[in-house]
Parts: sequence; structure tokens; C-alpha cells
Amino acid sequence: MATKHAARQARIKALHEALAERVVVLDGSWGVLIQGYGLGEADFRGERFRDWSYDLKGNTDLLNLTRPDLVSEIHRQYLEAGAEITSTNTFTATRIAQADYGMSELAEELNREGARLAREVADSFTARDGRPRWVAGALGPTNRTASISPEVEDPAARNVTFEELRVAYYEAARGLAEGGADILLVETVFDTLNAKAALFAIDEYFEAIGEALPVIVSGTITDRSGRTLSGQTAEAFWTSIKHIQPLAVGLNCALGPKELRPYVAELARVADVPVAAYPNAGLPNAFGGYDESPESMAVELGAWARDGLLNIVGSCCGSRPEHTRAIAEAVRGLRPRTVHAHEPVLQLAGLEAVEIGG
Amino acid sequence: MTSSAPGEGAAPRASFVNIGERTNVTGSARFRRLILAGDYTAAVEVARQQVEAGAQIIDVNMDEGMLDSEAAMTRFLNLIAAEPDIARVPIMVDSSKWSVIEAGLRCVQGKAIVNSISLKEGEAAFVERARLVRRYGAAAVVMAFDEDGQADTAERKFAICERSYRLLVDHGFPPEEIIFDPNIFAVATGIEEHNGYALAFFDATRAIKANLPHAKVSGGVSNVSFAFRGNDRVREAMHAVFLYHAIAAGMDMAIVNAGALPVYDEIPEELNVRVEDVILNRRPDATERLLEIAGRYKGGAREEVTVDLEWRRAPVGERITYALVHGADEFIVEDVEEARQGVAHPLDVIEGPLMDGMNVVGDLFGAGKMFLPQVVKSARVMKKAVAHLEPFINALKAEGGNRSNGKIVMATVKGDVHDIGKNIVGVVLACNNYEVVDLGVMVPAQKILDKATEVNADAIGLSGLITPSLEEMAYVASEMERQGFTRPLLIGGATTSRAHTAVKIAPHYSGPLVYVPDASRAVSVVSRLLSETQSAPYAAEVRAEYDAVRAEHLGRQEVADRTPIEEARAHPAPVRWEGYTPPVPHRPGITVFEDYPLAELVERIDWTPFFQTWELAGSYPKILDDPTVGPSARPLFEDAQRMLKQIVEERWLTARGVIGLWPANGAGDDIDVYTDETRTRVLATVHTLRQQTPRSRGRTENAALADYIAPKASGLTDYFGGFALTAGLGVEERAKAFEAQHDDYSSIMVKALADRLAEAFAERLHERVRREFWGYAPDEALDNESLIAEKYRGIRPAPGYPACPDHTEKGTLFALLDAEANAGIVLTDSFSMLPGASVSGFYFSHPDARYFGVGRIDRDQVEDYARRKRWGVAEAERWLAPNLGYERRR
Repeated sequence: MATKHAARQARIKALHEALAERVVVLDGSWGVLIQGYGLGEADFRGERFRDWSYDLKGNTDLLNLTRPDLVSEIHRQYLEAGAEITSTNTFTATRIAQADYGMSELAEELNREGARLAREVADSFTARDGRPRWVAGALGPTNRTASISPEVEDPAARNVTFEELRVAYYEAARGLAEGGADILLVETVFDTLNAKAALFAIDEYFEAIGEALPVIVSGTITDRSGRTLSGQTAEAFWTSIKHIQPLAVGLNCALGPKELRPYVAELARVADVPVAAYPNAGLPNAFGGYDESPESMAVELGAWARDGLLNIVGSCCGSRPEHTRAIAEAVRGLRPRTVHAHEPVLQLAGLEAVEIGG
Repeated sequence: MTSSAPGEGAAPRASFVNIGERTNVTGSARFRRLILAGDYTAAVEVARQQVEAGAQIIDVNMDEGMLDSEAAMTRFLNLIAAEPDIARVPIMVDSSKWSVIEAGLRCVQGKAIVNSISLKEGEAAFVERARLVRRYGAAAVVMAFDEDGQADTAERKFAICERSYRLLVDHGFPPEEIIFDPNIFAVATGIEEHNGYALAFFDATRAIKANLPHAKVSGGVSNVSFAFRGNDRVREAMHAVFLYHAIAAGMDMAIVNAGALPVYDEIPEELNVRVEDVILNRRPDATERLLEIAGRYKGGAREEVTVDLEWRRAPVGERITYALVHGADEFIVEDVEEARQGVAHPLDVIEGPLMDGMNVVGDLFGAGKMFLPQVVKSARVMKKAVAHLEPFINALKAEGGNRSNGKIVMATVKGDVHDIGKNIVGVVLACNNYEVVDLGVMVPAQKILDKATEVNADAIGLSGLITPSLEEMAYVASEMERQGFTRPLLIGGATTSRAHTAVKIAPHYSGPLVYVPDASRAVSVVSRLLSETQSAPYAAEVRAEYDAVRAEHLGRQEVADRTPIEEARAHPAPVRWEGYTPPVPHRPGITVFEDYPLAELVERIDWTPFFQTWELAGSYPKILDDPTVGPSARPLFEDAQRMLKQIVEERWLTARGVIGLWPANGAGDDIDVYTDETRTRVLATVHTLRQQTPRSRGRTENAALADYIAPKASGLTDYFGGFALTAGLGVEERAKAFEAQHDDYSSIMVKALADRLAEAFAERLHERVRREFWGYAPDEALDNESLIAEKYRGIRPAPGYPACPDHTEKGTLFALLDAEANAGIVLTDSFSMLPGASVSGFYFSHPDARYFGVGRIDRDQVEDYARRKRWGVAEAERWLAPNLGYERRR
């Protein structure tokens, strides 16, 4: 236990050093690869859930328990392609999202196993070349939103509360940390209140264990209005989550690199922590696929890095290890964005941010 | 793009921040009323008004003993989260209860401020709460409050703030997120120690800003002027002066009534000096000297009555537009004459400057920036202008024929006398250059159709208020079809609806048919229907929409099972008869009121429906302060008050009424009214209808009004009452006189006021029946609001309304009362009352009597009812058409 703890401390220290000297590469999407395996209901069920009363096909996070071989294989592919941070297969592993499959009670186990598998593969790569690989424990947004009414007639209605989210995120965070994650990645934030509940739970958990892991918070700008689904600007989003003092703040998903750039630039301007970006491989085309090739994506993201916008870079929906390889190539040797300390100013936010001087 | 540089932030950097204070139940009586009444829609508007008035943060406080404050905080914050123009600003979650603050923080996605935490309960609690504030991602207001209480001297204020600051910073709280509130207390209270409170605040603020890096200072400014409650002008001056000095001392933000702060420089010199003496405690008699002059600034003093005639300097076209937009008619004839002299043809004035002006009015109305009362005033100006030009146009025998946008024949259908809504639509159409041929009220179908043919109308508009008019409209539609009409037919009026039009009228007419919900839609509907290019597609679109509505409606009806009438009768309204003695009327029989004093009715007026008549949404009196419609509602209300005074003083109208109280007993779903106490001869039988709504849907009863009268078998001797009254005698003459002067505004106004007086009369007579004539509640003492809220014992349902939807029962009632002779009210063929400003109904005295709606009824009850009324089933179906829960066989 003590050595495990010490090893993680060493990795975290190495992560800070890496961020100071280079653009660190995060992995890519799971969706395309998992679809490629053509899994059926039986693969998802495995032995253990053979008689489960819900349809389980599509519960990708369940593969942590039923097809750990495939999960490890995907981590391996991304690390081989040049990713230094690999994120766990736990995007929907909260008791709220798992309720769709009747698996709320398994949420913590899914996280713990997801982190354990990623850790195992990451450690095997480190053992090979001595270079650190980090595991980011992914905490998705859940399929409910605390700020938006599900009912047209009653704008005050909510289908999830802060407290329900807090409880769900607490056990998910505990599972990830105990399973071996180095970083907690609160990602694809479309409703900042959901994220704040996650950060509340994470902070509580850190207090309970007497230790804080690095946290990355990554928001999602849902369209070219430049706002999150719940209506915040990128700057308001940053203002609303910066109290967790994250390792990095970023944006991912929804948009391709061309569309996302102005908002990453906005974050780069306002945030006094490292900036992460992992856009989709373009916008979905008419057939639901993504058109951005590894090369075109690498050209775009390489330019961001050269323009000083990036500290961590990866890719999201529609991407494959080929994208990661091309992106890693493109940013190799480039200087990371310089993180400036900001003067202490009271910053507040509603949907928009405001600074109060003096 | 180069790497990020600090300081070039997109977020506005504010040097001084206004925090809106009106969304606070402890500080705003209005907001408290709205929240307690559960009127969250209006409460949200308060927040919107604060933001629009410049609040950069809004303070939300729900600390009220009568309230579940956690729930209220949650609901309100969730609601404003859905309003992007409010939610864009940060929230200050304000409560003295920590649980309420947490409830608020759990609803806010942005970075909020907690107001407040303090050392009041010791260091441990303070640090713990600060940690939670941080975990929720909020900043904190820290009060200058410690274990010994609130600080009132500069020294103690600073000492507490400094101690709080050290504790917070030592525990990792960012210093820039600490906002001190060094307590603003009331000055000029008459207590000498209070005189230095403002100075103490300024001194403490300076010390905080000098010694506690990055900390902010805030406070609730309205506290300082508490001693001058009721004198807003002086209070606002005190706030402005206080802020001026507080900001100079370093105050960063303040909780204020955003939008009600005068500019410091614009406070009159005399007031400024004396307020400053008080705030800065410059002389011992400062309070007395401010009091000396305060009276002069009280109340309406701020509205200086100077008529601004600057607009008279503009060119004539602009003056005409101004006059139309502002409804100002005093110069219109002179301006129109000037315009006429500058053009070749008098019609050019109408088509030029007058139409330009009306287009501006139309645009503003369409954009919701002008409201109906103003538009009607504009129409008055327009009519005066046109009246001036007409003789010139006629003299030239203007060629060019019909230059209007189109010709509309309008009528209130046979049997119905209500025309306010129709007249408003007529005025709005006329304003938009449609020629309106108004046939008035109670117009038979054939007369409407003949007129339409005669004048070659482009469209026909039908209006009606009472439910039998719905049948009549369907009849007019079927006659149009039979006679081969293809002109567009417009349907409007209070009882009409899109669903009714789709289900009951559309099947009868194959020409263009559109339901017009209110006057503001009339123009767009008519212009599309009369457009060469849009007409056909628009009519087809509406037809398709109505087909869908009808299909859905029919689909729904099939599943809407009714409870069989026999079963419904087994579940009557719960009325306690055991141990109950029905009250005996103090004055049985008929009582007639000739020429009832109008002055007594004025105070009983329920104003909310008056505003509804003018299509202004909101309840009185808060509508007067409504940020959107208030500016329209106020002058309308003032005009109404002025005319009301004339109505009363100059006796424009006569109010007459009759009431009757008779021995009666229930007989099944009927009520037998006896000639006398022997209860042997039935004078008349009142027939009531019973609900057949399935009880499984949260209902436990199938009520009929007869349930509220003791059945004969009970052995109880019960009573039943009725009334008919009017305040409309004389209104028609007045309205016609106004119309002759091209003053539709006043014509509509006098009718709307007569309606209100009639309703007030009904309310007043009911009160007197309860207290005197029936006398079962002699000690009742309710104010007008409680009366409007129907907080009294007993009900007065009216035939034709939901509890007894059959209008023909009015015939029985009128016969019982001899209402035509005793009150001067006539019933039309459709049982509409003439004059229109009349009210009639039944009285029930049982304490369990409640208003209800009969709703849809099934064929079994209709057949039974027809037998009781000695009607054929078809006749029953005709009168009960709006309540039929099944399709009639034709």
C-alpha cells in the first residue's frame, strides 16, 4: 500500500514536470474502436450478468467487468500510438447513468475495475521504457442535468438534484482513486452545476483520505454559440469551477478542431492553470461518422500548440489511435503554453463572467 | 495568436457593482407578497426588472417565517436559471439560515456569493462554513459580527473583519473572495448614538481596504435611511449621498434598489446639503433640519407637472406621428390642416403622414412596446384627423374608389349583446386602414350575410360572449356554406376558442375560417387572409391545423368516459345536514332596489378584469407597477378613475336590482321553490346539472347545485335565493355620444366601467344578503380583497356559467323575480341580458356550498334533463351543446 502510494506521488510529481516542459498527449475516443469489435448482447453480459433483467448491449463501461481483455487492448493501442495519459473506460459509470441498466449498485466497482485495468496497462508500458504513463479516471456528465428543466410546463422542475449527483460522484471518484487513477478527469461538462456537484464530492473525498489528486475539468461547448448546454460562456465555466484549483481546465467533444479553437483560445486567455483540449474528429457527417483525418486534425492541433494555446492535447469522438499518433507527432518538441499567475481579482459568474476590481 | 497575457479579459471589469435588492422578502413588501402568494411568475419578473435596471448581481432572500424558505429558494433559483437574461448575472444567496444558503448553492451553476457568514457562533462554525462555501465554489460576504454581537464602531468593525480575514486566509480562503459587510445602520433615528453610524462605516471601509489586501467591501444601503420610511425621495437621496462617500472610502459593491438611485449631482442643493449633514454627522441638529424639509419631498413631488411641448417644433409629419403614438389629440386638427395645405389631394395626408404614423403605432404594438389602451387612443387621434379631412375629400369627389386595405363586416351574433371585444377589434382594424362595417349586437344570421353581400365585404367577423352564441356562430357558418359564400369568416369573443372553432364551426364551412384570440392578432390574420398571395396557403394551413385539432379532440373524447348519472347521484357534493338548521331569511320574498347609489359600488370594484378587457395581463394593483404593462396600465387606470367620478357625480348610469329569498327544498337534481312557508305549492322548479366526471381522477364527488339545498326528506326547512341587477341603464346613449365624437376609447371605457359596476353591485348585494336580508352572517367583516377572493359563506352561481351552464334557467329566475319590471333587464332569445352590464344568479347559504364546473355530461343525463325541462332531447342538446361529452346525432 505504502509503495503504491509513493509510486503515485512520484507520478504526480513527474506530471507537473512534464507539463512544464512539453505538450502532454492524452488518448482518444473509445466509441469507434469498441464498435469495431462488433460486440453482441452476450459479450456485454458475460458469465456474470447472463440473467440480468435489462438489455446490456451498449453499456460500454460494463466491459470493464465482462470483457477486460478488450478494454486493456484499447488502452494498449493508445499508449502505443503515443498517448501519455490514458483515460479510463468509465464515462457512464455513475449510479445515475447506470440506472438505465439497473446497475447503479455496480457503479463503484465499474470505476475501480476501469482504473485498475488502465493502471495495469500503463504500468506495463512504463516498465518497458521507464517513461511515466498516467491514468485519468473519467467522470462523465451523467445523462441528467441539474440546471435544466426536463418539463416544458415547469421550468423549475429538475430530474436530478445536486445531492444525488454528489453521492453518485463520491463513490465513482473513490472507485477510480482506489483502482489506481492518478488524475480525476471531470469531462464533457455540459451543465456546470453537475460538474460542481462532482467537484464537491471529489473535495469531500480528498478530505476523507487526507490527500488530493490532480483534477482536470473539461467543459463542452455544444455549438457555435460558444456556450455550454446550460448556457455558460467558456470564461463563466472556468470561473465557476476554478475553486477546485485544477491541474488543468479544458474543452472537449461536440465540436471539431476548427469550430472549437476560439473557445480554447478564450480559456487560454483567462485560465491561470494549464489548458487541455480534445476536440472531436470534426462534426458528425450525414452518416453519423467523422470526417477529420488524423493528418488534418494533427495539422490543426499542431498549430494551436505553436500558437501557445495548449498544455494537454488529445481527441474525442470519432478519433482512433491513428489520430493520437499524428497529434503526438505534431506537438512533439513544441513549447507548452506558458501559464501566467493572475492578480487576485474577485471573479463571479452567472451565464457570463464578471470581474470586480479594486 | 500569441500566448495568453493576463488582464485583457473579456469579462467586464466593474469598478463598482450594484446588487439588486428587490428579490428579497425581508426588504421588499411586494416580493414578499408575491412569494407568499406563490406567484413565482411575477416574482421572476422582479428579478428581470432588477437586471434590466442595471443590477450586476441579484440578491435573493427568502427568510420569512410563513415560508418553507429552503423550498422557496430552490424554486426561485431554478426558475431564474431558465431565464437567460436574468441568469447571466451572478446570484447572491442571502439568508440567516445556513440550510437555506446550502439549498441555494445547490441550484446555482455559476460562481455565486454567500450572504453571509460571520464569527457570531464562534471560530469553529465560521471556519467550517467558509470551507463549505469554498467547496460549493462561492465567494462569501463576511459580516462584522462576532460572539459579542454586531459591531457599531469603526474600531470594532475593523477588528472583527481583520480577525475574520486572518482566519479565512490561514485556512486557504482566497482573500479576493472575501467581501466584508461592516454593517450599515440607520442614522437620523433621533437617538444620538446613531448619528455616527454612516461615518463608522466609511472609516471601517477605509481601514479594511488599507490593511486587508484584496478584500472587498459591500453592504445593504437601504438600512441607512430606515428612519425615513414612507418618504422615498429623501431615502433615495440618502442612499445616493451615502454611496458617494462609501465608494470614495473604497466600497466595492452595494445592495441597492437598482434603478431607483438618483444621480448624486441631481439631488436638489437644499436636500443634498441637509442629507449630507446627516450622513456625515456634521451638525447636532442635522436630523431636525432634514425633517424640516423632508415633508416637501414626500410622495409625488418627484413628478413635476410640466407639459413638454418640445415636440411641437418638429416638422409636421413628425408631429403627426408623435400625436398618434402618444394619443395626443389637442393639436391634431391644426397639424392635419397644415399638412393638407402642403399636398395636392387631401387623401395624400391620410396615405402619407397619417398612415406613416399609424404604421409606427402598428409596429410598436406588434413589438409589445405599446398596449391596447394606447392604440385605442391613437385611433381616436386618427379618427379626428380623418374627420377633419372628410369634407375636403368629399368636396373633391375623390375618384380612386376604395383605397382601404379591405372591408370587414362585423357583428355580435343573435341573442348576444356583448360587444366590447368586438369594438376593440373593430378599432384596431380601422387603425390599420380596414373599412369596418359594424352591425352591432344581436344580429341575425341573414342580416349579417345580406350586409356582407351588399357591401361586397372581404371578410365577416363574428363575436359573442355567452355560450349559446357558439351554437349561433355554427349556424351562421352553415348558412354561409348553404348560400355559397366563400368569404373568410373570423371567429372571436370570450367563450370562443381555437378548439371550439375547429371542432364545432369548421365542419360547417368550407371557406377560409380563422379563430382570432385577441385584438392584437386581428390585423395579422386579416392581412394574410386578404393577401392575394398568402390567402390560399394561409387558409389551407389553418384548415389543416383545425383538422388536426379536431382529430385529436375526437380521439380524446372517446376515452373520456362519463360516470352514469345514477351512479353520479350516489356521490353528491359533501354537505353536512346532520345537526344543521338552515338559516331563515330576515326578509323573505322580493326586495327591489331602484336607483342604487353608485358611489357605494365604486369601492367594491374588482379591477383585474377591467385590465383584462383592455388585454393588459396582470392582477390589480400590482399591474400598475408591472415593468412591462405598468406604463400602459397606469394612465388607463387614471382615465378610468376620472370617468368613474363623472359617472357617479353626473349620474350617467342607473343601477337597478331585485333579489328574492324563498322557502325551498331539494328534489333530486332539481330545487322546488315554494310559494310560502306551508311548502305545499311549488312556485317554480330550478333544474341543475350534475358532474359526470369519473371520480377515479382525484375526485370524490359528482356535484350538482341542488345538493346545497336540504332535500324534502330531510325534514329541514331550507331556503333558496336569486338576484338580477344591472348598472348598464344609460350606457348605450353615452357610448353612442362618444362614438359620434370619434372617441372609441371613451366609448369602450364607459362600457367596461359599467360592466365593473354591475359586478361590484352583485358583490355588494350578495354581501348585504348575507348580512341583512338573509342575515346568516350579520357580523361578517371582510375587506374588498377578501370579498374578491370569495372568503365568505355561501355562493352566487349564475346560469350560463360553469356550475349551472344552462342559460335557459335564467328564464325561470327572471320569472321568479319579475326582473324585467323590477330591474329593467330584458332577456334575449339566447337568454343574454340587456343591457349588457347586468348580472343574475342564485343564492345558496350552506357553509359547504362551493363553486364547481359541471363539465362534460353524457347522454343519459341529457335525456333525463330533457324530461325534467319538458324538452325534446334535440332541444336539450342544443342548449347544452358546450357541455356535451358525446357527439350529437344530427
